[in-house]
Amino acid sequence: MNGATLDTAILSLVTFIPLAGGLLLMLFPRRDRDIRVFALVVSLLDFIVSLHLPAHFDRARTGFQFQINCSWITHPNIHYHMGVDGISLWLVVLTTFLTPLCVLISWNSINDRVKEFFILLLVMETALIGVFVALDLFLFYFFWEATLIPMALLIGMFGHGRKVYAAVKFFMYTMIASVFMLAAILWLYAQTGTFDFVELQHAIQSGHVPHFSGAALWLFLGFFIAFAVKVPLFPFHTWLPDAHVEAPTAGSVLLAGVLLKMGTYGMLRFDLGLFPEQSRHNAGWVMVLALIGIIYGALVAMVQPNMKKLIAYSSISHLGFVVLGIFSFTQLGLDGAMFIMLAHGVSTGALFMLAGILYERRHTYEISEFGGLATPMPVYSSFFLFAVLASVGLPLLNGFVGEFLVLSGAFQAHMWYGIAACTGVIWSACYLLWMYQRVFFGKVTHDKNNALPDLDLRERTALIPAAAIALVMGVAPFLWLKSIDPAVHSSLASSLSSVAQIATRMVGR
Amino acid sequence: MTPNLHLWLIPILPLIGATINGVFGKRFSRQTVTGIAWTFSGAAFAMALWVVSQFSSLVLPYTEQLSPWIQAGAFHAEFGFYLDQLTLIMLLIVTGVGLLIHIYSVGYMWEEGGFYRFFSYLNLFLFFMLTLILASNYLVMFIGWEGVGLASYLLIGFWFTKDSAASAGKKAFIVNRIGDFGFLLALFLIIQHFGTLDFTQVTSAVMPYGIEAGWGFLTAIAILLMVGACGKSAQIPLYVWLPDAMEGPTPVSALIHAATMVTAGVYMVSRSHAIFERAPIALTIVAIIGTLTAFFAATIGITQTDIKKVLAYSTVSQLGYMFMACGVAAFSAGIFHLMTHAFFKGLLFLAAGSVIHSVGGEQDMRKMGGLRKKIPWTFWSMTAATFAIAGIPGLSGFFSKDEILWRAYQANWIYWLIGVITAFITSFYMFRLWFMTFFGEYRGEAESGHGHGHGHDAHGSHGHGHGGIHESPKVMLIPLVILAFLSVFGGYVGVPASLGGSNHFDQFLAPVFHSTIPSASAEQATAGESATPEQNTEGAEPKTGHSTELIFTGISVFAGFLGLFLAWLLYYRRPQLPQEIALSLGGLYRSVVNKYYVDEIYAAVFVKPLIGLSRGVFWHGVDQHVIDATLDDSAAGASEVSGVVRRMQSGNLRSYAGWIAFGAAVVIAYMIWTGTR
Repeated sequence: MNGATLDTAILSLVTFIPLAGGLLLMLFPRRDRDIRVFALVVSLLDFIVSLHLPAHFDRARTGFQFQINCSWITHPNIHYHMGVDGISLWLVVLTTFLTPLCVLISWNSINDRVKEFFILLLVMETALIGVFVALDLFLFYFFWEATLIPMALLIGMFGHGRKVYAAVKFFMYTMIASVFMLAAILWLYAQTGTFDFVELQHAIQSGHVPHFSGAALWLFLGFFIAFAVKVPLFPFHTWLPDAHVEAPTAGSVLLAGVLLKMGTYGMLRFDLGLFPEQSRHNAGWVMVLALIGIIYGALVAMVQPNMKKLIAYSSISHLGFVVLGIFSFTQLGLDGAMFIMLAHGVSTGALFMLAGILYERRHTYEISEFGGLATPMPVYSSFFLFAVLASVGLPLLNGFVGEFLVLSGAFQAHMWYGIAACTGVIWSACYLLWMYQRVFFGKVTHDKNNALPDLDLRERTALIPAAAIALVMGVAPFLWLKSIDPAVHSSLASSLSSVAQIATRMVGR
Repeated sequence: MTPNLHLWLIPILPLIGATINGVFGKRFSRQTVTGIAWTFSGAAFAMALWVVSQFSSLVLPYTEQLSPWIQAGAFHAEFGFYLDQLTLIMLLIVTGVGLLIHIYSVGYMWEEGGFYRFFSYLNLFLFFMLTLILASNYLVMFIGWEGVGLASYLLIGFWFTKDSAASAGKKAFIVNRIGDFGFLLALFLIIQHFGTLDFTQVTSAVMPYGIEAGWGFLTAIAILLMVGACGKSAQIPLYVWLPDAMEGPTPVSALIHAATMVTAGVYMVSRSHAIFERAPIALTIVAIIGTLTAFFAATIGITQTDIKKVLAYSTVSQLGYMFMACGVAAFSAGIFHLMTHAFFKGLLFLAAGSVIHSVGGEQDMRKMGGLRKKIPWTFWSMTAATFAIAGIPGLSGFFSKDEILWRAYQANWIYWLIGVITAFITSFYMFRLWFMTFFGEYRGEAESGHGHGHGHDAHGSHGHGHGGIHESPKVMLIPLVILAFLSVFGGYVGVPASLGGSNHFDQFLAPVFHSTIPSASAEQATAGESATPEQNTEGAEPKTGHSTELIFTGISVFAGFLGLFLAWLLYYRRPQLPQEIALSLGGLYRSVVNKYYVDEIYAAVFVKPLIGLSRGVFWHGVDQHVIDATLDDSAAGASEVSGVVRRMQSGNLRSYAGWIAFGAAVVIAYMIWTGTR
């Protein structure tokens, strides 16, 4: 296969290798160990293949690369159109990076229906990658909804406690919200006859969509609500803590690490990309919701008695930063938002893995059940501290860079919003360090905790890559920003120019 | 030709040590851990000395860009290092005192568990502190700024099985974060106005602004930077973490919470002097905060009975002096005091550690006494430090404090007055400590009180067959003697002209602090009323002559001796008298002993309401009863939302949407239902 064909085929490969692996797994005999090894191999293979993307990504070029565009269904006019730019590139790699870790972390904790579990995990991966690479709105919607089923099943079948309740809640919330997006997509198709993102963007910018100005607000909102629930933005967030608490560890890692980013990615790609004017008009209240999310999420996180719920609420707070950055419409804000998406995926993924490791040993997430764990589990507590520090945004670790850029951008856009959001640096220290103290410091109060084994080799293998990447992202963020920055710049510039064009047309009339 | 200094190596060396000890230290012997920790902190000190040796061939300021760090849009920040006279002084203090405390700690911590962990953290601290002072831009400085906070968190909570230690570490980190909030906002303002965080570029960008006018945004930047400094350097209202930080091992208190980290705020304000000089309101705020903190903390120091707590409040108070100096734009005087304070306060803590070590972990001065003869080396070095901080003429603290008071007087006599009163109080509580610890009769439990379980410093000194009170090993005494020497003679680099010196220190720093004032306004500043009495020193002849300065020197010397006399009277001649005085003061005394109830007030006003609000209103209220009660009830929620859909959308879309939502929900619910059976 020569370079050119590989470049067109690469996205299909990256997207569908996990699905193919999942299908093969169906034929496997129920030998759990083989299934696990196979899942690990498939996910690792996909990760390696996906590294082709950043390795051959042309940072000097804006627009989509590695494109493949062919007709899928002629009527309605649906294309199999995929491509990545600096925005989606790293989200794909994030997904392929986290999945092998999810396989490792689920090695022993999943003992029942192992085959189903890993099939769902791999199908999930395909759907997630598909969301980030699809450039045809129908295809995008297909993958978008396709993520729901494996995730809901992972929670419902492999979760704990009120798992059915959590799965249904998760499903209903996001499903209903997606309907609004579907309506918007169908309206656009009805007016233009295409689902293609690039064509639609062009048509909207040049004013070739009939009745667009009257519908623009509703279209924007249709997309926005679907994304806002997924992020989740206050007040649509209550599904998240329930889903997380009951989900198995791998489910939580993918949920927080990748699935939430579908929402913020959608905002960046589709709300800003297709409806820049509406996005700017509505930025005010969106930023307020994001701000509420940052502060509210953090405060509620602080009082959670359940470790996993605490991390879940902290995600709401972190994702608030992302939305704030996106709707600040500044270069720094958008760069930072992208960076937080990646950083949060790694550090919160690590936190959920760590919580899961503890759950395997004690079968509880209640903070009050622990205390003094630093004595029996020193290595574990070091890793945990590292993840906590990454999450509170210590410079030289990954959390800081994005937070700093977003706050700086928000401050330039709306000073008082920036100031209010900046209190987030205090809150995150409060809830995480308080939790850390209650779990790890002091004397061991429950006898059961005295004998807890420290991390074994498999667990270390799952955690070390996450920790290493968190460090590299903090020390050398320019490796990522180099490709994010131009993409963000061109999307900002095009949104600016389209706002200007629309404005001229209005004046012309 | 300026040689390439490879400044980046200076912080990296201790980082290597920290990494080796942190990762492999558990398997090493104590000797190996010691060797690694000493080698890398010593190497940093050696490099600092080498830089000094290159000094004559350097063109200062010297900068070095190592690699890019953050690049976003037009904004970029590099891993850059910067050296000027100010950096050089800080570099010598941090690496020098740092090395001495590494040496001392080996003796102090020898019996402790987690020996390797301690030295790994200590080296890590040096890495971050050196990054802080060598940074060439605010963002790299912020790495160090946050990093020393982390090291402090780890070391305060070193004995993490103790709840009080763990809480103190957390408190330090969170209070510092409040300061960082201000620091970050200042950075955002700087980026917004100047587009860069580089020191050189920011300084040249503010140059065009005259120093006489109050520039709104410069004032805002300066005040926000001061908020950051208040956190790190424990000033009102954010000082509350520092006394609690005494939960950490005593060498940590000496290095981090006295000599180096807590002075980072003073360094940062001095580094930003070009901004502060153009923000007179901010300068006034700095001066007021510094003056109040100096006085307020000193009063608390009088009543403390824990030897380390006295020193902690004393540190807060002395840092107040440094900010007083910064606030009257006498930055070099502030840095001078920073240096002498690093000597004598570092020594005080180390000597206190030696005392604690000798009496088996006891920190309550009421249970000490009469130790003079038993631990002579400790006693004499402690004496040198006490005399230095009390401002007894000829010792280092005398020169630096006197310089600040004199400059403060020139700005506003009230600063001076409070400063002199504080000097008296300082002398009193220090000699109180001195008399209570070393004179009179030993009041501790007879020879058996090696209370490891006692809980204070939890210094496990059992195991080396102690036969009662004993002098510390040489490895601890040598650093004491060196610091004692510096406490006594360290002030002679800055003898003012009024005492026949020529203040080399001020002249050395002159290129840093005097260069940013445009000459036109400098003339105005000397000519008339100005917010910057900076020019009133050597160069321009002060408006008041040397004789006036000598009178004021005399007054502060008198204040120092008065404190000595009073302490002698109350704690040596009539030891029962303090009790009676305390009783007669009643409520006032109680409130001072309880540190004016500031911790309690903060808890009642901020912490408890916030937790109550979060738990009661936000979580149980909004999340569970408002949002979930309306939406959680899935069926009702779904029909409600789809009702909205129905009204909004038209024709086929409506049924399509509704069908998908409900159909899929039913299917998934069924699948899960069967899946879980």
